[in-house]
Amino acid sequence: MDDLYRELIIDRYKNPQFRGELDPHDITFEDDNPYCGDHIRVDVRLDENNIVTEAVYSGEGCSISQASADLLIESIHGKPLDEVKALTKEDVLELLGIELGPVRLKCALLSLKVLKAGAYGLGEASDDLVT
Amino acid sequence: MTLNEQKLAALDIQKIRGDFPILNREVRSGIPLVYLDSTATSQKPLQVLSVMDDYYRRSNANIHRGIHVLAEEATGAYESARERIAAFIGAATPKEVIYTRNTTESINLVAQTWGRANLENGDVVILTEMEHHSNLVPWQILAAERNLRLEFISVTPDGLLDLESYTELLKLDPKIVAFTHMSNVLGTINPAREIIQMAHTVGALTLVDAAQSVPHIPVDVQALDCDFLAFSGHKMCGPTGVGILYGRRELLEAMPPFLGGGEMIKRVELRSFQNNELPHKFEAGTPAIAEAIGLGAAVDYLAEIGMDAIEQHEQEIIAYALERLEEIPGVKVFGPEAQYKGGVAAFTLPEAHAHDISQILDSDGVAVRAGHHCAMPLHNKFGITATARASFYLYNTEEEVNKLVDGIYKVKKIFA
Ligand SMILES: Cc1ncc(COP(=O)(O)O)c(C=O)c1O
Repeated sequence: MDDLYRELIIDRYKNPQFRGELDPHDITFEDDNPYCGDHIRVDVRLDENNIVTEAVYSGEGCSISQASADLLIESIHGKPLDEVKALTKEDVLELLGIELGPVRLKCALLSLKVLKAGAYGLGEASDDLVT
Repeated sequence: MTLNEQKLAALDIQKIRGDFPILNREVRSGIPLVYLDSTATSQKPLQVLSVMDDYYRRSNANIHRGIHVLAEEATGAYESARERIAAFIGAATPKEVIYTRNTTESINLVAQTWGRANLENGDVVILTEMEHHSNLVPWQILAAERNLRLEFISVTPDGLLDLESYTELLKLDPKIVAFTHMSNVLGTINPAREIIQMAHTVGALTLVDAAQSVPHIPVDVQALDCDFLAFSGHKMCGPTGVGILYGRRELLEAMPPFLGGGEMIKRVELRSFQNNELPHKFEAGTPAIAEAIGLGAAVDYLAEIGMDAIEQHEQEIIAYALERLEEIPGVKVFGPEAQYKGGVAAFTLPEAHAHDISQILDSDGVAVRAGHHCAMPLHNKFGITATARASFYLYNTEEEVNKLVDGIYKVKKIFA
């Protein structure tokens, strides 16, 4: 538990660095976690080579969902879109540096699911994107 | 002292706790379980576990059509459970007691059979703003199919039903009023008798979602005079997989069947069938036999302790819990004062999300639920997405409330 609430997570929850919305944007997507109502929207701007120049997220939810969004969005700055599409569950867990049970895992992976659904230009987000 | 007063005076919590083996476990080494999530599902006493275990060890057989000892025993136990469940809720006859999977299936059964046979274009169905999704979505499905008009009794800021808004809605000539007897979020115990009487004066039928009332307070379907009443075994010390639909006999007789298959028929020909009699008419296929028998043991257990005594114990616990929770700076508990509610306290803290509250409480073994508790419209109404919810049952103690409160202070420290 003490692990779960390591300083990094509480800090990113209370002082997020990548919260906001971008208009215009090249990619935007939003979705909910149906079990708890957590909500995340992600906006991304790309340059002509499809490299992420700016990205932010908005929404609300628990510390795990919000902190993982903040860390994930930070990590994609300067990355080619193809690398964003290839991000996995393990990448997010590594950013968080904690282990999670199946319920909290959904909180942690909501932002990745939203980001990848947007990156692939899908109509709907699916858990298949983050398993 | 009358026997009843003795029971009230003497709800022996330590003895009761001894009946529930799970309450002895540690969730992690050295950390005992503090189970405050009985609104989601209750724990099960040995009296229920052993009856189900015995059934599988000694009597397991399919029911009703076997002429051998095991089939006779299984059928006898299954039907005897129905009789005791009928007596527990005051039904006039066991024929009015239909086994389903849970409250949700019971409500869907009514919407799909009575609803399809009786509701058409423009008909009004009255629900409330505090319903569980299981008493919303079945009606929404039917409303889309039949172009029905759904109307909602509003909830006051205190978490009570606004009976003035109900009086107005009754002028719309509703066909049915379906409402929760006790809210699983606010804990509000609604004035069911009055709501039903008012519905009947305009000729509307009533369906009571009793998922939270039958486990926690005395419920008598004839005293309520309700037309349908639904509840789940797993919230009342029984197993998952079995629930009940009570329906007035004339209504059930007139309704078309629900699922088709074995058991629900009297005769089948290649192109037609004849319904079986009540209650079997609504029980297609092999049912949850062990679970039904387990639910019979659960009502025996609750009746033995006494529903009045259980209600009084929960009143004491919730009054104490509200008092302690309201001492904590920032805690907001939803729902009315203790006297209008059962043992449910859904709350928020400004500094931490419900998930985080629940996770940190769990580190001290305190199990509460976090989320919208299958009542998203109610949470929207109060402008929130999630609450943490502590709920109490016959086995909970004031000491457990204290552990909850200590845990909330820990949350405040971590998120300070
Ligand atoms: C008021 C209420 N209605 C209906 C239900 C649904 O019960 P089940 O999931 O057993 O069908 C619940 C369970 O949470 C409830 O609290």
